[in-house]
Amino acid sequence: MHYTPDFSVVWNNWPVLLRGLWVTLEIWLPSIAMGLIGGFLIAQARLSQRRLVSGISLVYVELFRDTPVLIQLIWFYYAFPILVGIQLSPFAAAMLGLTLNTSAYASEIFRGGIRSIHRGQMEGALAIGMSRAQAMRRVILPQVIKRMLPAFTNRTIEVAKMSSLASVISVHELMYQGRLLSSTYYRPFELLTAVAFIYLVLIYPGTFLAGRLEKHLARSN
Amino acid sequence: MSQNPILEIKGLHKRFGDHHVLKGIDFSVEPGERVAIIGGSGSGKSTFLRCMNFMETLSEGEIWLDGQRIGQQVRGRMTYPEKQLCKVRERLGMVFQQFNLFPHMTVLQNVMEGLITVKGLSRQDARAIAVRELAKVGLGEKHDAWPGRLSGGQQQRVAIARALSMEPEVLLFDEPTSSLDPELVGEVLRVINQLAEEGRTMLLVTHELGFAYHFATRVIFLADGVFHEVGTPDEVLKNPQKPRTQEFLRRFGEFAF
Amino acid sequence: MNYSWDFRPVFAHFDMLALGLLNTVKIAAVSIVLGVLVGLVLAMMRLSVRRWLRWPAAVVIEFYRNTPPIVHFFWFFYAFPVLLSVSMSPYVAAVLALSTQSGAFYAEVFRGGIVSIERGQWEGARALGMTHAALMRRVIVPQAISRMVPPFIERSFELLKTTALASTLAYADLLYQAMMVNSQTFRPLEVYTTIAAMYLVLLVTASQLARIAERRLTAYQ
Repeated sequence: MHYTPDFSVVWNNWPVLLRGLWVTLEIWLPSIAMGLIGGFLIAQARLSQRRLVSGISLVYVELFRDTPVLIQLIWFYYAFPILVGIQLSPFAAAMLGLTLNTSAYASEIFRGGIRSIHRGQMEGALAIGMSRAQAMRRVILPQVIKRMLPAFTNRTIEVAKMSSLASVISVHELMYQGRLLSSTYYRPFELLTAVAFIYLVLIYPGTFLAGRLEKHLARSN
Repeated sequence: MSQNPILEIKGLHKRFGDHHVLKGIDFSVEPGERVAIIGGSGSGKSTFLRCMNFMETLSEGEIWLDGQRIGQQVRGRMTYPEKQLCKVRERLGMVFQQFNLFPHMTVLQNVMEGLITVKGLSRQDARAIAVRELAKVGLGEKHDAWPGRLSGGQQQRVAIARALSMEPEVLLFDEPTSSLDPELVGEVLRVINQLAEEGRTMLLVTHELGFAYHFATRVIFLADGVFHEVGTPDEVLKNPQKPRTQEFLRRFGEFAF
Repeated sequence: MNYSWDFRPVFAHFDMLALGLLNTVKIAAVSIVLGVLVGLVLAMMRLSVRRWLRWPAAVVIEFYRNTPPIVHFFWFFYAFPVLLSVSMSPYVAAVLALSTQSGAFYAEVFRGGIVSIERGQWEGARALGMTHAALMRRVIVPQAISRMVPPFIERSFELLKTTALASTLAYADLLYQAMMVNSQTFRPLEVYTTIAAMYLVLLVTASQLARIAERRLTAYQ
């Protein structure tokens, strides 16, 4: 171990890393937001009475959960454009892949939450004269959302981690910039360690929050 | 009768953080005695019992078993080596409120477990003892049942058989009927009574005042972390001298002696 | 959308893909075994009464849980060798990344199983006079194992998907072999669709096998 680390390379290239971090946020936050909306819709489809609708949505969910995310991103970047005849930018392909992937996972969270509603809760609300919509808004949803919150927080963390895979299809996000800089300056130890710590700072608050939410939920039940 | 005490407690204090639960208790039990410990919830009666076999660590105080002090002085501090505690627990059987049977073992295996892993008996010898003890608590036909499939009363009887199989010198009962449905309390109390008739030394923490009256040779009313009133069942339960004891008994309402 | 699919060039190179699949399974199996060892050590440290053992283990676990897997792969391949001035093959770097990150997650699975056992079980065993070692071996661990099985399987399933990242280090796994086939056939749609299907079959088979194992291991409950 004669290696002397020199972290000045990190400070000198701070703007580049920051630009990468910005792109990471640009993929991460929209794909989690759109993924939640997509997930809600797919959950409705999964709970549909019509076999065809629930069947197709089941296949969708399993396709995305039972293949590696990296394959999904590569497929959307290299294969999908040929199928539809439109060229996709790396950023668009990454966004598409992550959004559809998040939709699949989020739909399972919604489905679990909706199914966990106890029938007695709805009956109790109706019995005091609430309408079905009122019961949904005032009684059911507050409970369900609270119950799903830790799972959504965990999913948000997972998407942040997945966004780093966009570097493989050359989206210029944090991991990509880290790799580029480390091969330019041949300081992989300093730069990759710095990238790891930036991710840690980005993701750790989420993990901490999810842990607190879970504990809080366990106590209130 | 002035025998040597089998179990002796001197100056016992127990604190949970800032909460001072037991405030200096002296106590001794002679062989053959049956002591019922009563008191309101939070009075520290379970903690008191659990200190005796070191389910709780003592904050202060001494415990003597058969004339020997438990623990070792190391550089002026009292330490409790695991080996010694295991020996003490082997000699003091305990029955818990929640039974604490091992769900991954059958009824028979539950009773054999301590005999094999603690006493080092062979499987055959352990089995013979377990069969005998289960018959005694009336569960001779349940050897291969999983504890989870039994009623609460049956589970508690298995737990008693498990404690008995170790041939303890003293039996500690920590509210053995408190988590049972009312109709199942009787079967457990009958087994405890049977043990009383055999002349075993027993300590019982309980809310069943009627049972305590018939069962005990001595009753202790614990309040505010001290022995508030001590005496025969007649003295404490029928003619309590202190207002606090009277108040407690009144709140517990009528109980059949 | 009048693209004419042609899988023949892909199937002509199927031997390459088969080798890739084999390498994927191999690296997953090796990493699961090593990951379990890492996980056991970390879990025992986390459960220790000694603070100086608990803390470092907690830091390692949190680091891995809060940074993207791809960072670990690149770190072990590029940064670690610089630090120790050794050379590192893609295979070794990938195994190190996979087994340490899965070890961090396994550690939480093992610890979670142990601490989930009710206090009464510890007390019941202790009251019989069992030593700590005996009560762990006879009472706690046997019960904890059946609770560890489902999250353990879930984690291993994640690991199997994460092996695809080894391709970024040029380890000849299924994804890497697909890239090679693609560069010879120029048929990205067929190539990446084929390997997506292969991953799907691999993962679904693995999860079915796991489900059978799970049922056996959790029989008594």
